[in-house]
Amino acid sequence: MATTRAQPAGTELPSPAPTPDAKTDLGPSRPRRKPRPPRAKAARLLLWALLGVVSAAFLYPLVWLIAASLKPRAEVFDNSLIPRTFSPENYVQVWDQLPLGHWVANSFLIAVLAATLVTFSSAMIAFGFAYFRFPGRNLLFGLVLATMMLPGAVTMVPQYLIWKNLGVLGTWIPLFGMNLFGSAFYIFLQRQFFLGLPRELFEAARIDGASYFGLFRRIALPLSIPSLVVIFIFEFQASWNNLQSALIYLNAGSVEGFTAPLGIAYAMTKYSPTNGGQGDYQYVMVATLLITLPMLVLFAFGQRHFIEGVATEGRKG
Amino acid sequence: MDVPARRSARRARPARIKYNRREALAGYLFISPWIVGFVVFMLGAMAYSLVISFSRYNLATNVARPVGTANYARLFDDPKVATSLANTLFYAVMAVPLEICVALGLALLLNRVGRGAGFFRTVYYLPKMTPAVATAAVFLLLLNGNTGAINQALGFVGISGPQWLIDPAWVKPSIVLMTLWGVSGTMVIFLAALKSVPKDLYEVADLDGAGSVRKFFYITVPMISGAIFFNVIVLTIAALQVFDQAYLLFWRDQTSSSPEASLFYGIYLFQQAFREFNFGFASAMAWVLFVLILLISLVQVRIGNRFVYYEGEKR
Repeated sequence: MATTRAQPAGTELPSPAPTPDAKTDLGPSRPRRKPRPPRAKAARLLLWALLGVVSAAFLYPLVWLIAASLKPRAEVFDNSLIPRTFSPENYVQVWDQLPLGHWVANSFLIAVLAATLVTFSSAMIAFGFAYFRFPGRNLLFGLVLATMMLPGAVTMVPQYLIWKNLGVLGTWIPLFGMNLFGSAFYIFLQRQFFLGLPRELFEAARIDGASYFGLFRRIALPLSIPSLVVIFIFEFQASWNNLQSALIYLNAGSVEGFTAPLGIAYAMTKYSPTNGGQGDYQYVMVATLLITLPMLVLFAFGQRHFIEGVATEGRKG
Repeated sequence: MDVPARRSARRARPARIKYNRREALAGYLFISPWIVGFVVFMLGAMAYSLVISFSRYNLATNVARPVGTANYARLFDDPKVATSLANTLFYAVMAVPLEICVALGLALLLNRVGRGAGFFRTVYYLPKMTPAVATAAVFLLLLNGNTGAINQALGFVGISGPQWLIDPAWVKPSIVLMTLWGVSGTMVIFLAALKSVPKDLYEVADLDGAGSVRKFFYITVPMISGAIFFNVIVLTIAALQVFDQAYLLFWRDQTSSSPEASLFYGIYLFQQAFREFNFGFASAMAWVLFVLILLISLVQVRIGNRFVYYEGEKR
């Protein structure tokens, strides 16, 4: 899967399809074979060397993290990528040191709720924009896109006060409640997908007596499972990584009630010697690795979707 | 039911379309969740925020007492506002161009490699999947001035590295470094743009004997100017709101190892709102940030319109 070329699906320009020839440097010059072979070879070597160096730089922190999580306290800082003393017991002790199980469970439940809600609400809203004709549709859809530009800092305080006045502070509702109302980028993605479905499909179902909601539930949703999955994993990642909301809504509560990011932030401080800790950073490293792994697994399964999704975000601009 | 719509489909003005009432009603019902969210949590929240910014909000009684422009006046009196704003702008000016250059450079490399690009793209994308808090936890130790791996590496080549997280001059570069590690999102957008540049343009340039530098500046850059423009705007907006990295590296426990240099606008706004509960003042800060982002984006759009080339645009 890693080597499939993600491009063709999304390219809008009538550029030549990725023929095998398109893979070579600057296109043609290959068959002629004449022009300056030694220099071309050197350039190729340099290219690979550069790519290798950059890869090392990008991988180093992750490898370092794995190594550090396997070291005893005294060696965490020694920067060797192979621990001199292996201490896999970190992986056992960490569960007593930190309420990691609670954090992961909280984060997981919140992420599942957030992702499920936003997937269905966005799909429903997108179907409204894609299938039905009603006055002001284009204007409203323009507004949907415009909300993507609104900086979160502006609505942070009033949203907190709205949740407070609704009496739901101290619950998880503020962490995913907004997802009931859809999310602009997902609405945009899902609408694109719905617009690609042949309209005759829906007309035929109408003639057979399907209701409007029936069209959505029995035709639109089942046909769009691939794009719904994309939205789900996108939101799952966003929720799993969300620190700021947890800081606002959960920080005052008990440590067991933290999400994973908030928990790690807490642990980073807890073991710090300036806070009376022992400098047991190996536990922080284990916890950090354990909350990163689910994202890497998610990426392994959906990497094409992540990369295409980001590219789409750029294309609409 | 389609008859009226089909008749008007002959390029009539959109406003003249005769809508099917049932269909229109159903459409509104389907998008109603968004309308509720937009009215309450966007428009409502913005209006609410504007009101609060002219008030003193009492958290115990939930009463906002009008105080006129006092909160906005305090923006000028409080030296921390100016400090945090200056830090944030400085950071944005350093981070955005670097992110653009590194992301574009990597995208160019990947675009050239052909076979194997998938592997490298995966490797480069991994940091983007790493939660911000994990990135921070690792870089907190990597950037340690005495024992960190980065200074050790610098030591090998005879440079004695700075105290990244303490020395005020190196606070922003630390955050830039972390941000660059996760630059692959921007890179992927560039890569998609590079792939859509028609190959024949380069072939024509080859025939004319253009070198790769000229091809880059006269073909590649104009053809991907839309993507450059988009990335600059998005990265600038993100940089002006920088929070997670700064919070995790410097502000986890109320005090910072470098309090002056690491006080960013987003951090100070957060502290004022959710540590001091000065909602009025925080809202005034938020509105200033909003207007600032709007102005900067507008200027960028004005400049961008001069340079950005869109395929198929009539001149």
